[in-house]
Amino acid sequence: MPAQSFTEQFDSLRGELPGAALPWLRELRDAGIERFGSLGLPGPKEESWKYTRLRPLEQTGFAPAPAADTVSIDRLPALFPQSGMGHRVIFVNGRLRQCISFLPGELPEGAELGGLAEALGRDPEGMAERLGRIGRLDGQSLLALNTAMMRDGLLLRVKAGVTIPLPIEVVYVGAAGAEPISYHPRNLIVLEPGSRATVVEHHVGLGEGAYFANSVTEILVQEDAELHHYKVQEEGPEAVHIATLHARLERGAVYDSFTLSTGAKLARNEASVQLAGPGAECHLNGAYMLRGKQHWDTTSVIDHLTPHTTSREVFKGVVDDEARAVFQGRITVHPGAQKSNGHQLSKALLLSDRAEVDAKPELEIYADDVKCSHGAATGDLDHEALFYLRSRGIPESTARHMLIEAFLGETINGIAAEGLCPALMASVGHWLSRATNGERS
Amino acid sequence: MLEIKNLHASVDGKAILKGLDLSIGAGEVHALMGPNGSGKSTLAYVMTGRDGYRVTEGEIVYKGRDLLAMSPEERAGEGLFLAFQYPVEIPGVPNTTFLKESLNAVRKYRGEEVLDAMQFVKLARRRMKELGVSEDLLKRPLNVGFSGGEKKRNEVLQMAVLEPTLAVLDETDSGLDIDALKAVADGVNALRSPERSTLIITHYQRLLDYIVPDKVHVLAGGRIVRSGDKELARELEKTGYAAFTGEAA
Amino acid sequence: MAVSSETLETVRSVTGGEYKYGFVTDIESDFAPRGLNEDIVRFISAKKEEPDWLLQWRLKAYRFWTGLEHEEPKWSKVQHPPIDFQDAYYYAAPKEAKDGPKSLDEVDPELLRTYEKLGIPLREQEVLAGVAVDAVFDSISVATTYKEKLAELGIVFCPFSEAVKEHPDLVQKYLGSVVPYSDNFYATLNSAVFSDGSFVYIPPGVRCPMELSTYFRINAANTGQFERTLIIADRDSYVSYLEGCTAPMRDENQLHAAVVELVTHDNAEIKYATIQNWYPGDKDGKGGIYNFVTKRGACRGRNSKISWTQVETGSAITWKYPSVILQGDNSIGEFYSVAVTNNYQQADTGTKMIHIGKNTKSRIISKGISAGHGQNTYRGLVRMLGKAEGARNYTQCDSLLIGDRCGAHTVPYIECKNRSAIVEHEATTSKISEDQLFYCRQRGLGEEDAVALVVNGFCREVLQQLPMEFAVEAQKLVGISLEGSVG
Repeated sequence: MPAQSFTEQFDSLRGELPGAALPWLRELRDAGIERFGSLGLPGPKEESWKYTRLRPLEQTGFAPAPAADTVSIDRLPALFPQSGMGHRVIFVNGRLRQCISFLPGELPEGAELGGLAEALGRDPEGMAERLGRIGRLDGQSLLALNTAMMRDGLLLRVKAGVTIPLPIEVVYVGAAGAEPISYHPRNLIVLEPGSRATVVEHHVGLGEGAYFANSVTEILVQEDAELHHYKVQEEGPEAVHIATLHARLERGAVYDSFTLSTGAKLARNEASVQLAGPGAECHLNGAYMLRGKQHWDTTSVIDHLTPHTTSREVFKGVVDDEARAVFQGRITVHPGAQKSNGHQLSKALLLSDRAEVDAKPELEIYADDVKCSHGAATGDLDHEALFYLRSRGIPESTARHMLIEAFLGETINGIAAEGLCPALMASVGHWLSRATNGERS
Repeated sequence: MLEIKNLHASVDGKAILKGLDLSIGAGEVHALMGPNGSGKSTLAYVMTGRDGYRVTEGEIVYKGRDLLAMSPEERAGEGLFLAFQYPVEIPGVPNTTFLKESLNAVRKYRGEEVLDAMQFVKLARRRMKELGVSEDLLKRPLNVGFSGGEKKRNEVLQMAVLEPTLAVLDETDSGLDIDALKAVADGVNALRSPERSTLIITHYQRLLDYIVPDKVHVLAGGRIVRSGDKELARELEKTGYAAFTGEAA
Repeated sequence: MAVSSETLETVRSVTGGEYKYGFVTDIESDFAPRGLNEDIVRFISAKKEEPDWLLQWRLKAYRFWTGLEHEEPKWSKVQHPPIDFQDAYYYAAPKEAKDGPKSLDEVDPELLRTYEKLGIPLREQEVLAGVAVDAVFDSISVATTYKEKLAELGIVFCPFSEAVKEHPDLVQKYLGSVVPYSDNFYATLNSAVFSDGSFVYIPPGVRCPMELSTYFRINAANTGQFERTLIIADRDSYVSYLEGCTAPMRDENQLHAAVVELVTHDNAEIKYATIQNWYPGDKDGKGGIYNFVTKRGACRGRNSKISWTQVETGSAITWKYPSVILQGDNSIGEFYSVAVTNNYQQADTGTKMIHIGKNTKSRIISKGISAGHGQNTYRGLVRMLGKAEGARNYTQCDSLLIGDRCGAHTVPYIECKNRSAIVEHEATTSKISEDQLFYCRQRGLGEEDAVALVVNGFCREVLQQLPMEFAVEAQKLVGISLEGSVG
């Protein structure tokens, strides 16, 4: 009974979790474990889990991650080609590693960057005010589990009017040995009015061990602030990666995100974005490349709560071997949210006869003066384009790679962060360089 | 025919027309010229009763009746026709259906017999021939995928079929090549009669070479700042509107 | 081909702009006792003098249904108070017509007048329109026209209950073969208590020379209607079928839970059209029909085709997903839908296209119009199975909103397990354009006529699929059902 075992884990850990002495946090954790206990792991009876089963969690026990051994910095892949391009914060098995993190030069005044555990010790009142405040809780059993078990995570707070010019690279390393482990990062990003920041998450696995990373990110983007949030998910082959994100955007705020996923055995990104002020705008984009028996799921809910709000969501992916991709996206325009503008697109290429794509793009509209649309398409590579390239002498495998790169490149090239596009395109190239089914057949 | 007195109108709370006076007699053709933003299209929409165009002061008397008290369709029934600057596309509605529905609605308003399909097609064909409009235009969905010229010709075709007593042409000449311009002008001229009046809203003097107006007015800053005969249009072509925008301020 | 304003006005002048078919026919009826139990199922079966195998099938369904209690489908977006299934009559029939009339001369003249009032004059229709009609009044079929002429071609078109007696082999072979009795809550209920409906069999190589049509009418109060329709198009055959539905205005909700099964063999085609205009309830949402219907077709044969067209303007709640199982290679499934919800109406409707065979194709065109407090949901599934080489689907769902208190929702499920299959889905939601309405009004059309014209343009692609004589009717209906939605 793994659900039971998480509860048991909590019982034995509760005394040593960060902030154990804080009454408000104790309450928060207790409420979390209670909700998780009553909900259990999400199952197929829940509409939003129709296509994704958490089998590894049902079958395997994941012990709490121990305070990890040292990880040497030169073993960590870097997204940006040369160091000095950004601030770097590193978490290993969910815990901040100060010694291998670095901040080139000073952060601007008014920017607070660090770890959750440390902040709970330093500023418990401030954390009480901000932690667990954003997003809905109903039905979210993995969020509840995270709330009970959270230890550490990224804390970023940017004061009004402050811009952090360099991107903040956050590396999450999963390093499991023979024993499956679990950890529950909890991130909190608050951008006060008029501030700007860029956060680049990089999730990597070291070794082949199984681990369960159950992260939750709370984001508040206040008036006219702008957050660029990128994520590269290259977890290990036996990893279960669950990322729940709740963002709230106030008047004129911009939240711009892109996720590239190639890793993990089972990955689910669940995002809930509330457009809570006129002029708020969110971009929720991504690309994925799957092979083997990988299962990838992105599920999003975008709520247009006020008039004059905009959302854009584009996901593109390629699925090979016996892998399966799931895209579920809902745009809800609430009563009175006139002049809302929402668009959603999911496109997938199947590269093998045993691959599968399931898409469920949803529109739920309760206001009339809106422009909302969605599209979804699945298919194979364009045969005519392939033939055209080959007729010009390009070998088939190269032609296939070119078409896949072009297909994914369309979304990746829209990324604003300097230096990141080439890194992501390189990641695409790297993935393709390992043989795809298309070539074998 | 038409008597506009001290007309003030606003859009979104912004005053556009600020005391406009205009009088058009039966059988007359008037041209209304003026720079961008002077209120030309606003006048056309106020006359036809579009939502969002609020009259704050003044009156419009049309054929002895209070025009502003009527709904848009009543105004159409009374013979007021607007050739739109940007004719609206309505997907799925064949042009011919729209024209027949319009004609019969207007005829019914006037207490005339409604035309059946055969009678209507005969009439429409005659008008299309006169205007040199190809029949294929009738079968296509209303204005959908029409070129700029086709849209404008289609407006004139509607006008010819509906036979209004007061036609307002809102920049019907803009974006037309010379052949289309002539065709539009021929259509308007063919309708000229002692009972019918026309108000041509235009930027340029070009169309007035083909449709000679009885009077020309200059609209600037929401008011008519000068009126004259067709020579005024030629003068404007040379001097531009700058002098008038100054006058209005 | 659009709605003409004169007819709109004629209709309005007769009806005061309200539901036109809301009258009650005063006719003596036979009822089964109120409520539902095994005895009722036996009663219905006995009334119809059914063979034992059918009674057993009904009982199997009934027992399965009792196991499902409180498991009504909850995944749809519709909301209604719980239905008390014991507080309804499951069988009602005009007294005269117990055994079904032999010819029109035997039909109660009151019934003939009813159908005339509904615009389906059974006699004139027979002479003039060239459309064969089966009229179903509450639980039973009261008249079928053109039967003899069709019989000459080997076509069977008769009440379901008659088919059970005359063509038991066909019925036994196909009944429940597309929608099994265990399919879903309402289909199971229908399997236990279905009353009557139409049965059609088109023999090999025959192209049915006329439209076949069934006209459903709920008359009796507190009565559920559970018709069952089965259409089989044998190889190389073709048939076009249309059903229409109305009911009186009553304050309480009435349940309509029909099942329709279609089967096409090699190279056969069925076109099935529905104009659903059950009583929608009043403008405050009181009364109206709960239209919970299971419709499914199986393209069993190669190159076969099933096409659903529906115009859903009536009912308080509509819950239906006419579907196609594309088994035969190269088979084609189509779904064309217009759904209008005004006042407090709710519709959750769409389709399922299950691609099994190679090179199977499906096309889904859905137009939803919401006005007043109406809630309109498109819900559809496109599934490409592993063997569906070269399969294709194209889906277009457009929603139009009139007013700011209504809702329009789109919930497509797309599941693809074949790399060579291509699935494309597009959906848009927008409000009715002020520019378009003003343009029409400037040309002299009244506001409601302008709305009707623009909405009919929006629906044109679907309405075009209907047989000519019904397309005109459907256009009028769309216009009328939106009355009161503007201004």
